Amino acid sequence: MATALDTPTEKPLDAFREEARAWLETNFPKSLEGKENAFLSIDAPAQTSPDYLAWKQAMADKGWGVPTWPKQYGGGSLSRAEARMLAEEMARIGAWNPIGGMGVMMFGPTLLEYGSEEQKQRHIPPIARGEIRWCQGYSEPGAGSDLAALQTRAEDKGDHFLVNGQKTWTSGGQWADWCFALVRTDSTRKHEGISFLLIDMKSPGVDVRPIRLISGSSPFCETFFTDVEVPKENLVGPLGGGWTIGKRLLQHERTNLSGGGRLAAAMGRSLVDIAKHYVGTDNEGRIADADLRQRIIRYEMEMRAFTMTARRVMEEAKGGGVSTASSILKNVGAKLTQERAELTIEIMGMSGLGWEGEMFSESELSATRSWLWGKAVTIYGGSTEIQNNVIAKRILGMLDHQ
Amino acid sequence: MAALNDEQIMLRDMAREWVQNEAPVSAFRKVRDSGTKLGYDPEAYAAMAAMGWVGIVIPEAYGGSDFGYLSLGLVLEETGRTLVASPLASSGLAAASALVLGGTESQKQAWLSGIASGEVVAGLAVDEGPRHEPTKIETRAERSQDGWRISGTKSFVAEGDGASLFIVAARTDAGVGLFLVPGEVEGLTRATRRMADSRSHADIRLAGVQLGEEALLGSEDGAALLDQVLDRARVGTAAEMLGMAEQAFQTTLDFLKSRVQFGQTLATFQALQHRMAKLYTDMELMRSVVEAALEAVDAGRSDLPVLASLAKATANETLHLMSREMIQLHGGIGMTDEHEAGFYIKRARVLENMWGNASFHRERFARLSGF
Ligand SMILES: Cc1cc2nc3c(=O)[nH]c(=O)nc-3n(C[C@H](O)[C@H](O)[C@H](O)COP(=O)(O)OP(=O)(O)OC[C@H]3O[C@@H](n4cnc5c(N)ncnc54)[C@H](O)[C@@H]3O)c2cc1C
Repeated sequence: MATALDTPTEKPLDAFREEARAWLETNFPKSLEGKENAFLSIDAPAQTSPDYLAWKQAMADKGWGVPTWPKQYGGGSLSRAEARMLAEEMARIGAWNPIGGMGVMMFGPTLLEYGSEEQKQRHIPPIARGEIRWCQGYSEPGAGSDLAALQTRAEDKGDHFLVNGQKTWTSGGQWADWCFALVRTDSTRKHEGISFLLIDMKSPGVDVRPIRLISGSSPFCETFFTDVEVPKENLVGPLGGGWTIGKRLLQHERTNLSGGGRLAAAMGRSLVDIAKHYVGTDNEGRIADADLRQRIIRYEMEMRAFTMTARRVMEEAKGGGVSTASSILKNVGAKLTQERAELTIEIMGMSGLGWEGEMFSESELSATRSWLWGKAVTIYGGSTEIQNNVIAKRILGMLDHQ
Repeated sequence: MAALNDEQIMLRDMAREWVQNEAPVSAFRKVRDSGTKLGYDPEAYAAMAAMGWVGIVIPEAYGGSDFGYLSLGLVLEETGRTLVASPLASSGLAAASALVLGGTESQKQAWLSGIASGEVVAGLAVDEGPRHEPTKIETRAERSQDGWRISGTKSFVAEGDGASLFIVAARTDAGVGLFLVPGEVEGLTRATRRMADSRSHADIRLAGVQLGEEALLGSEDGAALLDQVLDRARVGTAAEMLGMAEQAFQTTLDFLKSRVQFGQTLATFQALQHRMAKLYTDMELMRSVVEAALEAVDAGRSDLPVLASLAKATANETLHLMSREMIQLHGGIGMTDEHEAGFYIKRARVLENMWGNASFHRERFARLSGF
């Protein structure tokens, strides 16, 4: 991702692979092998184990948490090919990127594109080092799919903006240091009245109330702004230019969420193994439930097709960064994530519906929770229906007035 | 809609009224939040029993009304709508059916009136693993000096925490038999399973439980009886699921008609209209097969097994999709615990598993039909 920002280096690729392998060998703590929690970077408080902290520090110093971002802002200045190699080498040994979250996935790339030099100097390095957590202040009670209906007001008070209003579904709002928000600076124009503003969550007048999810956790919040003073320098782009910037950020969000598929793949044991364990096999070694087996086959095939599509889109983009295909990838990735979770709990039967207690294994309990949590992936980041509208209208030209 | 007689219409209307007034979804939420192991509100269950609902399939001679399965289905549909937490399906449907179909005069006398009055809560204990596999029963019932000795473990028994009587399927020398096992008998232990639907499920361990001769329900080779009982449980569960689907649909439709985005209600978007039209269509099909199966029980039809599998497979698939769409079409609010959509999907998946998931019943339907 963030491919437009590449500053390719000259080193031959094989040499780079060796360098990466050696460096990972020295720096990645074995204790963390395979311990990535795909949801963690957004939806949980920060980890604090010494090994994790050491690993994060090493990656931060190297700039490899954000491998393709420019060195001057704390990135790794790697080419796309190098970054892919790094990822491969990490995957090979069960290492994972400790630096993530909304700052890395969405806000950083957007700020690199639209921010002033001063803003980049100030905000990008702490993201690259994983020191500052960002949250997304877009949705409001009355503005979900219709994001441009947002009402949170930022009034020009000369040397600062005065912000009043309510955001909702703010993921990680209770743990975030900063919020990138879309606010209304002009109520006479819908899209042109929106600006992109950076709000320090410690400012007086910011209140968060965690919301409990159906999975039992409370990873998101209602966020209230009451007479919050925000310095003028925190406006990104021109006044009234927030919609363009905000939409660009959503493309980054989608591209990363289509990692939903990646996420499904990372969700542990293969479905086939789980099925053989819970359902058993017939005398030819096939999953005993033929009907279930068919559906697992369909899922596995679609997963392969998805992975190939994601790779093809990336190659075809040739440095063009995020594209319209992001809608397709987001929808398929989200669908597969849910498909996998439904299949997993179906395979586990009643054991896949445990809520708590020692009568269920850890993996059974987490199957239940991820199944429920996963119902969000077709809703956030632009719902499946909204992506389909984008595909129909923007890609296919099927417009309302035709 | 099945042709109902006046009494059935009255029963349904009464159930609807009681459920909406006395046991809305907020009542289920209260039960859940109380963290009770019992999984239901005993007062509400007593009220249901007092209205005669628990004795609907029990003959009048034993304190019931002998009103039939279609009638009980009507009540289960209504209680399903608001997720009423009660042992009605376990006790008044599954266990009562076993006793009515297989009990001797003295067994019926001993248990049925207690079940009808709600004083006895009974549960059906068949499965021994997380999936419904009634042919895989390893619990053993051995003849002992003056009766039976039962050993084994039953899993995920509904109402397992509170039941005072279990009907246990166990392997005998002649096949599989059903046994009446009082909840407080020596050697029986319960282990609670805390599940997503916040209802009572427990594993029941029987460690050489000693019972008298009269514990055997029906014959030692009781596979046919077990099948009949299970089909009744399946059909009744499908009726409960029908009610859930209807309410999930209604709640979603109401939401789409009120939620405004892009300056119009969501209900005016054709993409969503078609989604709702499909769900509505699916529900019509679901109603037909559920009612046909309930009527087949009452008419004593020989093709009940096929109809029961058709009903349960269809109910599973329809409610599965409905419960997913309920969340999806509500957007963010549907993901919150404050909203009720989560309750429906959690209960839906448990009922989908109970007495056979869709692939179990598709396979059974095919086998019975000679495919
Ligand atoms: C777990 C989770 C985390 C989130 N994190 C954040 C966050 O960090 N920051 C943030 O700002 N927001 C966040 N969101 C909010 C998310 O972006 C919104 O939920 C999403 O935009 C949908 O808006 P809504 O919930 O208001 O649903 P609505 O817009 O009311 O939509 C309800 C249903 O109608 C459909 N629909 C709406 N319009 C149309 C149409 N024109 N045609 C067809 N169908 C339509 C939708 O697809 C959906 O199925 C999060 C949401 C979830 C569930």
